[in-house]
Amino acid sequence: MLNDWLFIGLMLLIAPIFPIGAIVIPSILAPKKPNPLKSQTYECGIETVGDTWVQFKAQYYNFALVFLVFDVEIVFLFPWAVAFNQLPLYGVIVGILFIEVLVIGLVYAWRKGILEWF
Amino acid sequence: MSPLQLIFILVSAITLGAALMVVTTRNMVRAALWLVLTLFGVAILFVLLEAGFFAVAQVIIYIGAIAILMIFAIMLTRRIAHDPGPQINTTWPIAAVIALVVFGLIVFFVQGWEKTVSQPAPFPPGFDPLRELGVALVSANQYLIPFEIASILLLAALIGAIVIAWDKK
Amino acid sequence: MADPVTFIGQWLESIFAGWGLSSAWISVIMAALGVLVLSGSVLLVDILLVWVERKVVARFQDRLGPNRLGPFGLFQPIADVIKLLLKEDITPQGADKFVYNLAPILALATVIILWAVIPISVTVVGSTINVGALYIVAVGAIGTLAIIMAGWASNNKYALLGAFRMVAQMISYEVPMVIAILIPVILAKSMSLADIVASQSVWYIVLAPIAAVVFLIGAQAELGRAPFDLSEAESEIVAGFHIEYTGMKFGLFYAGELLHALTFGGLFATFFLGGWRGWGAETYPILGIGYFFIKAMFMYWVIMWIKYSFPRVRIDQMLNFCWKFLTPLILTVLSITAILDKLMSGVPYWIYVLVMLFSNLVILYFVYQAVGRYARKERQKVADPEKVQVNFRVRSSTPSQAS
Repeated sequence: MLNDWLFIGLMLLIAPIFPIGAIVIPSILAPKKPNPLKSQTYECGIETVGDTWVQFKAQYYNFALVFLVFDVEIVFLFPWAVAFNQLPLYGVIVGILFIEVLVIGLVYAWRKGILEWF
Repeated sequence: MSPLQLIFILVSAITLGAALMVVTTRNMVRAALWLVLTLFGVAILFVLLEAGFFAVAQVIIYIGAIAILMIFAIMLTRRIAHDPGPQINTTWPIAAVIALVVFGLIVFFVQGWEKTVSQPAPFPPGFDPLRELGVALVSANQYLIPFEIASILLLAALIGAIVIAWDKK
Repeated sequence: MADPVTFIGQWLESIFAGWGLSSAWISVIMAALGVLVLSGSVLLVDILLVWVERKVVARFQDRLGPNRLGPFGLFQPIADVIKLLLKEDITPQGADKFVYNLAPILALATVIILWAVIPISVTVVGSTINVGALYIVAVGAIGTLAIIMAGWASNNKYALLGAFRMVAQMISYEVPMVIAILIPVILAKSMSLADIVASQSVWYIVLAPIAAVVFLIGAQAELGRAPFDLSEAESEIVAGFHIEYTGMKFGLFYAGELLHALTFGGLFATFFLGGWRGWGAETYPILGIGYFFIKAMFMYWVIMWIKYSFPRVRIDQMLNFCWKFLTPLILTVLSITAILDKLMSGVPYWIYVLVMLFSNLVILYFVYQAVGRYARKERQKVADPEKVQVNFRVRSSTPSQAS
């Protein structure tokens, strides 16, 4: 089994070399003429006003939260799906019960208005 | 030194180094990114233990959901990204001595225990660990009850987080 | 010459064995060569994709596209690459240098490593790990992280805003997309992509059409393409999370996006269109490579077709669509597919196929009715405003309610 992962490990090491090369080559070939006006952050052609840290909406966090719970659920479901042939019918029913408990959570989040974007 | 041990030492060194950077870095977003590297190192350790499923589950849940949740949380709070306080506690020599002693004791006991092996036992032929995990999760005499309780636990966590995050208008 | 890749592989192995290397070293060197060949060919196809994208968008918009450089404009991407390599690299002030440079590398690298598990023919596959489907989800999760890094490291509030919206969209649509991947896993009883392709004697798009469509919609959202491209909405937040990237770093994001689209085309072909399967693909593996490439390019063309035909949706419409429609729908399809698969375990295959297809059509019918009712209610709300309850308090001595 580890031989399969060897390919992936080598790919993780070798694949970034191409983008790194694509960044290193311009650092050799391209002109370098920095001046303070060019390095200013972009704000539609006007001077930057205020800090980069603006108060962001809490809605982003709500969605990430609901996503986390569903992510864990889905990861649990994958071994269940792989073992389908060996499961009796009640094994399938139990898995669906697992899904339905989290559907209750989704409906709760829906009714409480967590999934709104104001 | 087999190549597996070499890779293990390298990956463990990276993981521990990144974990050290998590707690010593002053910038919180940088700390979150070092945490991502730590979690990735743990995933590679799972692969070395021939538990491929747990490696990808680690990446999906910890890096893909929890790390992103943490980064969102850091960016949603204003102005506490920099910690100007002192990095080192004044009682650090005593803490270092205690840590070394505990480490020495753990190494001594783990090496002395006869069940510690340097190579995991190979699977019997025809044994597919992933399929067995799936069957075990829904078998009544194995892990069915924890499986269902896990779903209720997730539901409780979701409801709890919603109650906390809910804006009572 | 039915299987050139395996032939060359065995020839190289015999050369290395002749040099006296141990078998462990041979497998490492062969794996490294395989990685180099795979990454190299994927990147070459990526450069071709720039030309394909520009020609196809031009045809959709009733114009010609690049046609000056080389026959049919085929050398245009080479000119683009040379131009991007020679552009000055402007780093915005206050940007976190390491993370700023790491983000485009990660964005392209995560797309390249996806190709490690996709079976290109019956004998050519990078790695047959038994968790291929989850590996794809995991790599997608790392790609999400690359976008946050890009947005944060640019020290620009528009980049950060664009990155946040893009990530919110990507994680929302990851849920229905991963559940849509779970359905072929149930049908094939294995997570390994090679097994999923090998068990598609009938393509899974026939067995699970709703899952295929949901996967396609999820892919469109993961790629950040229209109708879900509000992170690149030029009129709103200018280019989203890659505003501050110039030259080749922007080129890496752009090339990464195109390659990601082709990768999703390849994944759709693997999960639902039978991958490399076709007439004669088992005996002549080189035909398998051809079939896979044709199917992947066709799905890439469908993704482009959707991109250039639809207007943009608002972010609240998009998130509502995901969480309140797609997720319940795909969970329903999953439950029904799981129960039907178990109930029909001994049944001959053609009955199985027909029952699955029929169940999907029944679900589609109910969905159509429900959506129709919802649309009619929404239209009525807009059309007859006086039917809507309005309560307001008049600020006078006698507070009254008008409705």
